[in-house]
Amino acid sequence: MELNDLYRDVILDHNRRPRNFGPLEPADASVEGFNPMCGDRLTVRLKMAGEAITDIRFEGQGCAISTASASLMTEAVKGKTRGEALALFERVHHLLTDDAASSDELGKLAALSGVREFPARVKCASLCWHTLVSALESPNAAVLPAVSTE
Amino acid sequence: MTNMALAKDIRFDVQAARRDFPVLARLLNGKPLAYLDNGASAQRPDFVIDAVDEYERHHHSNIHRGVHTLSQEATAQYEAARDSLVRFVNARSRREIIFVRGTTEAINLVAQSHARTVLGSGDEILITHLEHHANIVPWQLVCEQTGARLVVAPIDAHGEVHVEAVLALMNERTRLFAFAHVSNALGTVLPVKRLVAEAKARGIVTLVDGAQAVPHLPVDVQDLGCDFYAFSGHKLFGPTGIGVLYGRESLLERMPPWQGGGDMILAVTFAKTTYNSLPYKFEAGTPNISGAIGLGAAVRYLDGIDLPGAHAHEHALLAYATASLSKIDDLRIVGTAKDKASLVSFVVEGVHPHDLGTILDEDAIAIRTGHHCAMPVMDFFKLPATARASFAFYNTFEEIDRLCAAVQRARSIFA
Repeated sequence: MELNDLYRDVILDHNRRPRNFGPLEPADASVEGFNPMCGDRLTVRLKMAGEAITDIRFEGQGCAISTASASLMTEAVKGKTRGEALALFERVHHLLTDDAASSDELGKLAALSGVREFPARVKCASLCWHTLVSALESPNAAVLPAVSTE
Repeated sequence: MTNMALAKDIRFDVQAARRDFPVLARLLNGKPLAYLDNGASAQRPDFVIDAVDEYERHHHSNIHRGVHTLSQEATAQYEAARDSLVRFVNARSRREIIFVRGTTEAINLVAQSHARTVLGSGDEILITHLEHHANIVPWQLVCEQTGARLVVAPIDAHGEVHVEAVLALMNERTRLFAFAHVSNALGTVLPVKRLVAEAKARGIVTLVDGAQAVPHLPVDVQDLGCDFYAFSGHKLFGPTGIGVLYGRESLLERMPPWQGGGDMILAVTFAKTTYNSLPYKFEAGTPNISGAIGLGAAVRYLDGIDLPGAHAHEHALLAYATASLSKIDDLRIVGTAKDKASLVSFVVEGVHPHDLGTILDEDAIAIRTGHHCAMPVMDFFKLPATARASFAFYNTFEEIDRLCAAVQRARSIFA
């Protein structure tokens, strides 16, 4: 386990200056994700045009891993279709939990691969993604009752 | 104050105490473990591990049942453990010491067996703002069941509970006052004796959550005067899954059993069951026998060490940690009560507690990060989480120096 592998420059940068951070109004979907184990809380808001995610922003408070993961996620899925975003969730989920997972073609999201060496932190990185999935699947859900710890 | 100045005043032999706890010899990432998460769970000395091992290897059987040798031995050890606990908290009799799974179960027992049966619509249960969830949720359940109302006494910016503020909330509808002896999130020591006396003068039943107090303070339930006192074994250098509810005998006698089963009965027919006497009335089913024996060993271990010296050492650790952490830029200590047990909750500007916890772990330093099962306390301070270093008598000044250095390292990573 190497701290440098967890706190890569990309992660530190997105924690310090989170992209797409702040309110989005009016939003077509707004879901709050909450991790009751640690108190991390974030809201993901989407604007959709048919199947396409035309805008996405997030707000909330969390650790560096959670903030950076949400920031990277918003960059990665903006402009993608619902199906593409859900497929990307599967890839990232795999990346976070499977040592053998490849980070090819994941771009900046590959920076999250260090998280899997720190099992206690996987849920930090996945909170925003579960929240996004919830927003895509049931846009009216207000709060996720709990987030899976993988 | 320097290490040496502090250490000189205290005659407690920390290195000897450390040798009693095998896990403290562990290396993590090639560094010696600095275990500063005693508020979550303390480590066990060989004395406890060996007592449990001896029981498991040579004496295990079910208790209160068999005429055979092993059952008699197991029963004798289990009941001897109860006697050790009677002495430890100075209960009047062994009928007042009930073995439970832990503090949480102890509070739920009182909530369901006492509060639920005597409270009605419009009655009030008083707690404080700094309670652990285990001393909030069981009362909320009782309120739903009975129509009683939960009333919360405030804390101030230091995390202190003021007696006057509590008194202002006590009225003729207040039936029960449940509060922590020591706050798990902030370390505040509450003025238990005074609060109990005031409640008693108004006919209010009192329950004290002693989970964080018993490892740090001498506890005498007769001196405190409370009706119930709850604590867990594993924060007291004993096993998990075992704890104690002390209850005033006259109250326990009036309470119905809260679980039915074996051991809590004298006679069963399909028409009627006669309950067993105290404390067995509240110990349905086969209990955690080895856990009780381990907890008995833990308090006998504490009897054998210089406990006043240990407590003095813990206070020196608290003073040193408070002074050392305060010197770090952007670090704020949360919970600054005048009377505190040996734990320090803190936040570092720009470094989330979870990131801090991970970075400290790389340096083999174990602390707790999160809401400490006290979300209302976090809400009060408008924080999602804090980092908490909680000390036992086996911790050292050097470990606090390492803690401070690691916090500085975390600050530099996120600078």
